[in-house]
Amino acid sequence: MSITEDEARKVAHLARIAVADADLPALAQELNGILHFMEQLNEVDVEGVEPMTGVEPMRLKRREDVVTDGEQQDLVLKNAPDAREGFFAVPKVVE
Amino acid sequence: MSDLNKLTISGARDALAKGETTAVELTEACISAIEGSGALNAFVHNTPEMARDMAAAADARIKAGDAKAMTGIPVGVKDLFCVKGVPSQSASRILEGFVPQYESTVTQNLWDQGAVMLGKLNQDEFGMGSSTENSVYGPTVNPWKLGDGVDRTAGGSSGGSAAAVAADLCLAATATDTGGSIRQPAAFTGTVGLRPTYGRVSRWGVIAYASSLDQAGPITKTVRDAAIMLGAMASVDAKDSTSADRPVPDYESALTGDIRGKKIGIPKEYRIDGLSDEIDGLWSRTAEMLRDAGAEVVDISLPHAKYALPAYYVIAPAEASSNLARYDGVRYGRRAKLGAGDGVVEMYERTRAEGFGPEVQRRVMVGTYVLSAGFYDAYYNRARRVRALIKRDFDQAYAAGIDAILAPTTPSAAFGLGTADKSNPVEMYLNDVFTVTLNLAGLPGISVPVGLDKQGLPLGMQLIGRPWDEGGLLNLAQSLETAAGFASKPARWW
Repeated sequence: MSITEDEARKVAHLARIAVADADLPALAQELNGILHFMEQLNEVDVEGVEPMTGVEPMRLKRREDVVTDGEQQDLVLKNAPDAREGFFAVPKVVE
Repeated sequence: MSDLNKLTISGARDALAKGETTAVELTEACISAIEGSGALNAFVHNTPEMARDMAAAADARIKAGDAKAMTGIPVGVKDLFCVKGVPSQSASRILEGFVPQYESTVTQNLWDQGAVMLGKLNQDEFGMGSSTENSVYGPTVNPWKLGDGVDRTAGGSSGGSAAAVAADLCLAATATDTGGSIRQPAAFTGTVGLRPTYGRVSRWGVIAYASSLDQAGPITKTVRDAAIMLGAMASVDAKDSTSADRPVPDYESALTGDIRGKKIGIPKEYRIDGLSDEIDGLWSRTAEMLRDAGAEVVDISLPHAKYALPAYYVIAPAEASSNLARYDGVRYGRRAKLGAGDGVVEMYERTRAEGFGPEVQRRVMVGTYVLSAGFYDAYYNRARRVRALIKRDFDQAYAAGIDAILAPTTPSAAFGLGTADKSNPVEMYLNDVFTVTLNLAGLPGISVPVGLDKQGLPLGMQLIGRPWDEGGLLNLAQSLETAAGFASKPARWW
C-alpha cells in the first residue's frame, strides 16, 4: 500500500494537525517509509491467533459506583488557556 | 564527607543512619552539581527550594528514628511525571505552562518515603525517541566524551535521567520505558536501568505515550540501588486499573549473590546482521561470567523476535494517536492564536501543528492511519496478533525452565548528536531492536553496564526476567555487575 498526497492530507485532517500543502509530498514519503517497514508483519502466519489486548489475562478492576473525588472546579480550570464563569471557553462552534 | 553527590543510594542511606552526613548536606551537594551542569542539559526545571525544605524534613524524620530506605535521598524526576506545582510538560511545547494540580503516584510514593525532589529531567517529547533530541528543551548531552570532542547522545527517551545519574547530579532518577527508554539510555551512560513488569508501578499521573506498553522504573548507579528504588516506586494503586494486585516484596533482600542452578537463555534470533564483533564478544564473555557464578547457559529460540520492532511501531503510534487526542488547546497547555472567523477545528489543527514536534506529529498520523477505517485489520489487528505470538515465545521459554534471558541492550554504543538521517525515521527506530520485545510481552528487564568499547564508551547488557520476578532478575543482574566490575566514570568536562 502506498499513501498519496491526498491521503496524507486526509490523515493529517483526521489527526487534527494542520499541514501546509507544500509539506504534503514529504509527509506522504515519510509515512510510506514507515508503512513499508511495517509490511514485514505480512510474513507472519497469524491464522487463528487472537489479537492481544493486555499483558495480564486479568479482568479490569471494579469498584463501588460512588463519588470518590470532586468539588475541584478551580483546580480543574486552573490550566485552561481560556476559562470563563466556571467553564472552558472555545471559539464559536455553532452558528 | 566530600563529593556527597557521588554516593549511591545505599551508601547515602548508611551514612545518614550513622549520622556521618545529613540530608541537607547531600542535597546541597547535588544542587551545586546541578548548577554547574548546564552544558549537559539534563535538568530542565530545577526545584532547589523544594529540595531544601524536603531535606530538612527528612533530617527531622531521621532524627526521630522514622527513616525509610529513601529518606533524605535526593532524586531527579523525568519531566513526564506530574509533580504538583512544578512544570511538567513531557518535553512538549503543547504543555508549555502546564502546572499539575495533583501528584503522580510514583512521585507521591517517593515523597512518602522521604526522598528529596531536585527537579525535572529532559526526555524525548512524550517519550517518543531514542536520543533526547526530540525535546522542546533541546538535546541532552552524554557526560561521556572522548578525545574527538563529539557531543554524543545520552540515549532516549529518558536521556536526562541517565545523564544526570551518570554525571552524579543526583543519586538516582525516575524514568519510563515504553520501547526501551530506560534501558537504552542506561546502556549509553554506564548506569543501571530497570523496567519492571507491566502493572508493577502505577501509571497514575504519568503523562501517557502508549498505555499498554508504558511502565516506570529507576535509573541508578548500582543494581542494589535499583532494588531499593523500585521498592519505593512500586505500589498497588486503585487509581490505575492496570496496577497489579500483588504486594510489593523487599527487593533488596533478594540480592543473595547466589545464582547457582539458574538457567539463562541466549536467544539466537538476537544475533542480527550487523551486530558488531565487539558487542557479540561482550555477550559471550558476560554469558561466561554468569556460568562461572554457577548459572547454566542454554541456547533458546524466540522465533517471532524479529517482528517485534514493526509490531511496536504500529501499536505504540496507534495508542499514542488516541492518548494525545486530549491536547486540543481547550483544557490545558498551549492554544494557538486564532484569526477572526477561525472556528474550533482551526483551533485544534493549529494548536497541534505548533505544539507537537515533528516526530510526535509523525507518530500521531501513523497511528491515525493504522486505526482508520479500511486499515484497522491490515495493520493494527495484525500487529496485535503478532504481539500475541511474541508473548507466546517468551511464555514457552519460561515454561521450559528458563529463569532469565541475556542479550545486548543496544546494537551500538552512544552515537553523535545530529547524526541521524532526518528523512529516514526508521533508521532511528532500529535502536530499539533489542529492547522493544519485552515491552510487547510486558516483561521486566534490566540493563547493566559491563564494559567500555574500543573507543572508551560504555556498553550495557540486558537481562529479561520472568513476569513479577524482579527480585530474581535483580539478583542475577547484581551477580553480573560484580563479575563485570564496571567502575569507570565519565571525566568531567562540563
